[in-house]
Amino acid sequence: MVIQTGRMAWNAVCANKMRTFLTMLGIIIGVAALIILVSIADGAGNSVSNQISQIGSNYLSARITDNKENPLKLAEFTELFAQDEFAEAAPMGRTSVTGKTGYTSSSLNIYGTSGGYFSIMGMELHAGRLLKKTDLENHSHVIVLSYDTAVEFFGRADAVGESLSLDGKAFQVAGVLSEDSASPSSAMMVKSSDESSETVVLEGYIPYSALSRMADNALEITQFYVSCADEEAMELSEAKLEEILLARFGNDADAFSIQNQSDVLEAMQEVGNTMSIMLGGIAAISLLVGGIGIMNIMLVSVTERTKEIGIRKAIGAGKGSIMLQFLMEAVIVSLSGCMAGIISSWIALQVIGAAAGTALQVSMNGKVALLSVVFSGVIGIIFGLYPARKAAKKKPIDALRYSG
Amino acid sequence: MIQLQEVSKIYQMGNDKVYALDHASMEIRQGEFVSIVGPSGSGKSTMMNIIGCLDTADEGDYILDGISIENYSERELAKIRNQKIGFIFQNFNLLPRLTAEENVELPLIYQRLSTQERKRRVREALEQVELSKRMGHRPAELSGGQQQRVAIARALVTKPSLFLADEPTGNLDTKTGREIMELFHALHEAGNTIVLITHDNQIAEEAQRRIFILDGQVREAAEGEHKVGPKPKKGGTGW
Repeated sequence: MVIQTGRMAWNAVCANKMRTFLTMLGIIIGVAALIILVSIADGAGNSVSNQISQIGSNYLSARITDNKENPLKLAEFTELFAQDEFAEAAPMGRTSVTGKTGYTSSSLNIYGTSGGYFSIMGMELHAGRLLKKTDLENHSHVIVLSYDTAVEFFGRADAVGESLSLDGKAFQVAGVLSEDSASPSSAMMVKSSDESSETVVLEGYIPYSALSRMADNALEITQFYVSCADEEAMELSEAKLEEILLARFGNDADAFSIQNQSDVLEAMQEVGNTMSIMLGGIAAISLLVGGIGIMNIMLVSVTERTKEIGIRKAIGAGKGSIMLQFLMEAVIVSLSGCMAGIISSWIALQVIGAAAGTALQVSMNGKVALLSVVFSGVIGIIFGLYPARKAAKKKPIDALRYSG
Repeated sequence: MIQLQEVSKIYQMGNDKVYALDHASMEIRQGEFVSIVGPSGSGKSTMMNIIGCLDTADEGDYILDGISIENYSERELAKIRNQKIGFIFQNFNLLPRLTAEENVELPLIYQRLSTQERKRRVREALEQVELSKRMGHRPAELSGGQQQRVAIARALVTKPSLFLADEPTGNLDTKTGREIMELFHALHEAGNTIVLITHDNQIAEEAQRRIFILDGQVREAAEGEHKVGPKPKKGGTGW
C-alpha cells in the first residue's frame, strides 16, 4: 500500500517537471546555502585551530608586568623552574638588530632564549646544533638562524660555522632550523595571507644571557614559556606555575599573567562554532522559505486535482490513503531538493576549495548534510500536512462534481 | 438488497428548505436490473449519491445488504464503496495519467491486495470487457467506448454487490452506447445487481424494472407511465 502510494506520488511529481523543479529550487538553494556556509565556517575555524596547534598547545606563556623592585634574573629563573611538572622552561627576550655578512646587510629580529625554547615550540634543526646550557652560562656569541634567514644572509641553508655580525658584534652560526620550523609570530604572518608569505621574516635565536648584554630591555626576564611534562595535566601545571609566581611576587596576582594555549584554542573554536550556528541559522531560514513554496504549490495541486481526489474517493480511497499520497508528494519534492542541494553544495565546495588553495581547507560537513536531510524531511511533512489534510477532507460528491 | 425507507435529502436555500429527495422509498432486490428514470433536477443524482454511499441521507434509512448506512464513519463508507459498489460514470472518470491497467488496478490497491492477485484480477476484468490488448494505453489514447469499458472493468474488478451506472451511455454515440448496454446485460445475466440512472427512456426500458423520480419523490412505474414515459416492458411495479 505504502509502496503503491509512493509510486503514485512519484508519478504525480514527475508529471509536472518544471513546476516540481521550481518548487525544489527553494529547498535546493536552502540546503546548498546551509551546507556551504557551515562547511566554510568550519574550514576557516579549522585552519585557525591548526595554525594554533601547529605552534604547540602544550605550553604556558607567562608575562611579568610588575617586578616588585625585584627583577627575575636568568639564574633565578633556571632554578625556579627546575621542577618535575615542567618539561622545559625558556625565557624570551626580543630585539631588532642589523645583521651583516660580507654578502649582505639587513635588519633582523633576534630572540634571546634558552635551548628549551626549541623543544617547547616544536622546532627542528636543519643543520648544526641548538643553544646549549653552556652557551647561556658563558654568554656565548652563537646564533641559531631560521632557514630563510640563513638563505638570506649566506645564500644557502648550510651556514653552520659562518660568522654573522649583529650590531657590530660577531656571532657564530651554531645551527640552522629546518624550513618548516617557523616562530609563532612569523607562522601567524605567513599563514594569514598569501602576500606576506613572499616577504621573508628574518629571525635568529641567541642565548638569553648574550641578549642581556645587547639590549637594555632584556636585563630582566619579563616573558617566558614553560612546557608541561604531561600534556594531559595542563591545568595542574598552570596551577603550579601560578603558585610559584605568587610566591615569588608577594602574592600579587596582578604582577603576572599566564596564558594557556589551549584556552586560546578553545576560544577560537567557540568563535568558530558560533559562526557556524549563526550562518546555519540564516541558511535554515531560506530552507523554511523553500518549505512554504512547497506548501503553496501543493495547495494549487490539491485544487487542480480535486476531480482526481473525487474519483479516488468514489472507488474507495479512504482519508488516510489520500492524505498519505499528498504528503508523500511533498516529502518527495523536499527530499529530492535536499539531495540536489547536497550534490550542488559538494560541487561548489570543490570549486571553492580549489580556488582558495591551501589557505582554506573546505570539506563538506557530513553532520550538516545529514541534518539537512532530516530538516528537509521534516519541512516536507510539516508543509505537506496542511494541503494533504485539505485533499483528504474533500467530500467525494463535491470533488466528483468539480470541473477544472 | 437495497432498501430506501422514507429517505430525504434537504438543502437549505436561504430561508427555504428544498427537498432534493422527499421521503423516497424503494427496494431493489439481489440480481435485479433496475433503471432509475427522471428528468434533470428530479433528484435522481442525489438518489444515486445516496445509494452509492457518496452522500448520506438527512432523514430516513438506507439499508444496503441488510446493514443500515446511517451511522457509518467516512472511513467505513469508503470501504463500502470500495468493496460493495462499482461506479460507472457518464464521463468515465478515469485518471488521465494512469494506463488502462493502472486505472483498473486502483480500487484493488485500496483493498491492499498482493501484487500478484491484483495483476491476475486486472487481467481477468480487462478480458471480460475485451480490452486486454489496450492495457498499456492511457485514457486519452482510447475511444469513448473503450474508456467506458475500462471504467466498467474498474467497477467489476472488485466483484461488487452492486453496479451503479450514472448515464453510462450519455457521452457515447448510439452504436457504442449499444455495445456498453450489451455489457450491462451480460453482467446482469452473470447474476449481478445493476442500477442504471438515466433520463433516456429508451435506455431505461432495457432494464427489468423502472423507477421514476420526479421532484424528489419516487413514483411507481404505473404512475409514471402517464407522466413521464412509455410503459415498461417487464416487471414495472415490483413492489
